[in-house]
Amino acid sequence: MYSNFGSNVFGFPILSLVLFLPLLGAIVILFINKEKTTFIKYFAFGVSLLDLLLCVPLWFAFDRATWHFQFIERFSWIKALGVEYYLGVDGISLLLVLLTSFLSAIAILSSFNYIQEREKEYYIAMLVLETGCLGVFASLDMFLFYVFWEVMLVPMYFLIGVWGYDRKLYAAIKFFLYTLFGSIFMLIAIICMYFLYHHITGEWSFNFVNWVNNMHISPSLQFWLFLAFFLGFAIKVPLFPFHTWLPDAHVEAPTAGSVILAGILLKMGTYGFVRFSLSFFPEASNYFIPFMALLAIIAIIYASLCCLAQEDMKKLVAYSSVAHMGLVILAMFALNPIGIEGSILQMVNHGLSTGALFLIVGIIYERRHTRLIREFGGLSKVVPVFAAFFMITMLSSIGLPGLNGFIGEFTCLVGIFRHYWVYAAFAVLGVVLGAAYMLWLYQRTMFGRITNEKNLHITDMNLREWIYMTPIVLCYIWIGIYPKPFFNIMKVSVHHLVERVNPSYFEQKAQHEAKLRAALLKVKTTKKADVLN
Amino acid sequence: MKILVPTPDLTLLGPEILVLVLACGLLFVDLFIPRDRKGVVGVLALIGVVAIGLITAAYWPGLSNPVTTFSGTFVMDRFALMFKEVFLFCAAITILLSLRYLEIEGISLGEYYVLMLFCTLGMMIMVSGADLIVIYLGIETMALSVYVLAGFMRFDKKCNEAALKYFLMGVFVSGILLYGIALIYAATGSTQLSQVAQVIKERGLLNNPLLMLSIFLLAAGFGLEIAMVPFHFWAPDVYEGAPTPITAFISVAPKAAAFAALIRVFYYGIQLLMPHWQLLLWIICAVTMTIGNVTALLQKNFKRMLAYSSIAHAGYILLGVVAANQIGIQGIIFYFFAYAFMNMGAFGLAIYLRRADIVGDQVDDFTGLAQTHPVAAVAMVIFLLSLAGIPPTAGFVGKFLLFAAAIKAGFYWLVVIAALNSVIALFYYFRVAKVMYMQNPEPLPQPVPGRGLALALAVVCVLTLLFGIYPQPLMALAKGTAHTFMMAFIS
Repeated sequence: MYSNFGSNVFGFPILSLVLFLPLLGAIVILFINKEKTTFIKYFAFGVSLLDLLLCVPLWFAFDRATWHFQFIERFSWIKALGVEYYLGVDGISLLLVLLTSFLSAIAILSSFNYIQEREKEYYIAMLVLETGCLGVFASLDMFLFYVFWEVMLVPMYFLIGVWGYDRKLYAAIKFFLYTLFGSIFMLIAIICMYFLYHHITGEWSFNFVNWVNNMHISPSLQFWLFLAFFLGFAIKVPLFPFHTWLPDAHVEAPTAGSVILAGILLKMGTYGFVRFSLSFFPEASNYFIPFMALLAIIAIIYASLCCLAQEDMKKLVAYSSVAHMGLVILAMFALNPIGIEGSILQMVNHGLSTGALFLIVGIIYERRHTRLIREFGGLSKVVPVFAAFFMITMLSSIGLPGLNGFIGEFTCLVGIFRHYWVYAAFAVLGVVLGAAYMLWLYQRTMFGRITNEKNLHITDMNLREWIYMTPIVLCYIWIGIYPKPFFNIMKVSVHHLVERVNPSYFEQKAQHEAKLRAALLKVKTTKKADVLN
Repeated sequence: MKILVPTPDLTLLGPEILVLVLACGLLFVDLFIPRDRKGVVGVLALIGVVAIGLITAAYWPGLSNPVTTFSGTFVMDRFALMFKEVFLFCAAITILLSLRYLEIEGISLGEYYVLMLFCTLGMMIMVSGADLIVIYLGIETMALSVYVLAGFMRFDKKCNEAALKYFLMGVFVSGILLYGIALIYAATGSTQLSQVAQVIKERGLLNNPLLMLSIFLLAAGFGLEIAMVPFHFWAPDVYEGAPTPITAFISVAPKAAAFAALIRVFYYGIQLLMPHWQLLLWIICAVTMTIGNVTALLQKNFKRMLAYSSIAHAGYILLGVVAANQIGIQGIIFYFFAYAFMNMGAFGLAIYLRRADIVGDQVDDFTGLAQTHPVAAVAMVIFLLSLAGIPPTAGFVGKFLLFAAAIKAGFYWLVVIAALNSVIALFYYFRVAKVMYMQNPEPLPQPVPGRGLALALAVVCVLTLLFGIYPQPLMALAKGTAHTFMMAFIS
């Protein structure tokens, strides 16, 4: 009845394997004696590393010439409702799947020293979280998607609540309640669309591809459904004014939790917008551009200003996330290929650089047990290697040419500028502020004289820290110097998406080019005429 | 004149007769079992209940259409069958939960199990009643047994208070219900649901004041066992005071029975008055879930918290009743199975914590459970997730169906209220998770679970997860049931 591995070149369910390997690992850890902490650590890291290696073939086997979903797996799951177990990735989700497995492995490796109690439960939670996150990006059935979307909250709740800092209990439940609040409205919208789809086609299905192809929703209904999805995604992104859970959750979460939170969880919100909101509700997406842009611009500027006022390094990084994600949303809602490509690349960049910033704050916290900026100063003399890693990460975050941040921000800005130069002006302001708070943070902590004696005997980065920071830095440079493979992989998918959400773009572009050609021709002919004359 | 007395088809009453025989047989066997080994009665009851459950399931293939007997006053259909399975399941789990608990409390008596069987019998009659009088008889059989069970710890003050409160409230409401039935009889001249419906249709009694009043009275009558607002006041006190296994039992089984009876009466008897009762139930649904959830936020006692949560769950289930469509019935049936698994599990954990001098019914008694009893803590988290309606648990699938039913019927605002409620609910459910995982245990005597309890918890925990991850088998049964049930409703 269903094509099982129809377009899968590997001949075995590779996505399922990638998805459930961490869960399998978690189940194995369940049966390991909790005293054997070293073994548990290495085992968990091994599982996540293996998962990352399994993802590598995806990168090479992915057909960049088609927008169709690939590595499809499709089975009937709950027949009575028409729910399917339906997995597949396109250029957009593949990048996020890769990012997830990459950051998960790094996050696990970074927790070896930091987590000193209840290790067994910790690594189980991390691995379950990885499965949940991968599932969100790989599912093409709305029911399945929703299941992963919610499941993933549970391990995150425990990560914050058990291994967090002083106000962990408050932060954990706040995170859970906020996100649940948003997603339950998304659930209502999904159910509405499920009935609508049945009404239109007579079929019971949650199939994403079918919904996009066969469901034409009236604009007035799109309006409400868009808002319901918006609540779910905007809280996750988080957009102003739904961002208040984020600083709490980030500050209280353990380092690895923050890395996953910033690197992957926030991407689910933006991914949700680009995958579901734009595809399902093209008219509403266009209608809501000013609204989304306004919220995004407020997020960019407000969060940047907040960063300037922070005394806690981690909180500063957390607020900078809000600002960066604002730019991602703004570029996405420019609804042109460049903007969307930029926003997707910027999602990856943000995952890398903000993840790394959290790791850096974590490294320094492990040594000094404080994150207050005023406690530091002049560290570059004591820990030069650390300072170098911090420097390059900070530069990546503020978008220095040659590193990944520049490519992402530049593409985003070009995309926005093409249609809405006013918005672009505000976005540029955000970039400037970003440079300001980041450089100032670096200056206050790394340069100057060592004012605090406790900082004199900090040890520099050890081998394990080298191992997990280096791949990230290599990625900065790769994307910064040669981003073409990344654009190639998403190009066709994004093009297809824009055709759906903003069809007039290509017409205008064609007209524009025709006009240009005509003008050029005219110039040429007049020149020719001039020469002849 | 010759009066024709049709011979009733007793095979349709097979499950009821077997339960009756089992109960009476155990009463007899109990005489020969020494005082200190009454657990044997429980084990026998358990074996009997499981066997009856399997026999009842065998009725399924023959019930593609409802079959009636006793001149149409007793009906056996898939709807009744599914609910009977819920009751038998609850009875079996409750017996497992009770075995050791009764010994600890020093109330290990054979009558306990017999009363539970009588209660089950009453509920089984209730859901099969196609006549208001039969339904009433079922309710009374059930209620009288439950009153005694609720006060089974007769030396305990709180327990006595609970039983008395339950009894007074129950008797009062049963009078109201009877009055409602009388009004229907007065207006239509019959108590048999099909005839009531017929008369309403023929005489066009759509706005008959007697029937209007009877809607209120019937809703009140069934509303007591359902614990819907404003007839919920008994629930927290009774749940707190009653022996915990009985609390687990009455939080699921009588609620399910009252719901089934309410649905049958409203859908088959006074279905033409639907606009009226739909409006009434809409309001009750919104108020019930909100009051249940908001009040649960303030509770420190775990059993009281679950009492208010069960009030809230009654509100969710009302979504399906109000919707009055196939997916609603499907959702209600699925939800009751899910609710039986998760609620029995949660109460089971409270019994788990019952040790030496600690009652184990405070939320704080769960403190640090993750470190002292990690497996029990994980099981509890699964039950809590399910109660809060978070995947991958049976509770999520059930809630999904109920939401879907209400959306299908166009009750968008009601669904929004329900959605907000489930966010509130998460907060108090996860307070338990918080104390289990995020606070350190105090050095206290550690509970040692009995074998029966461990088995019961394992069963409900596995089922909660299984039907969350692969709900298809149960869903298909629920769908088939709802399909046949609603065919008669629409025609």
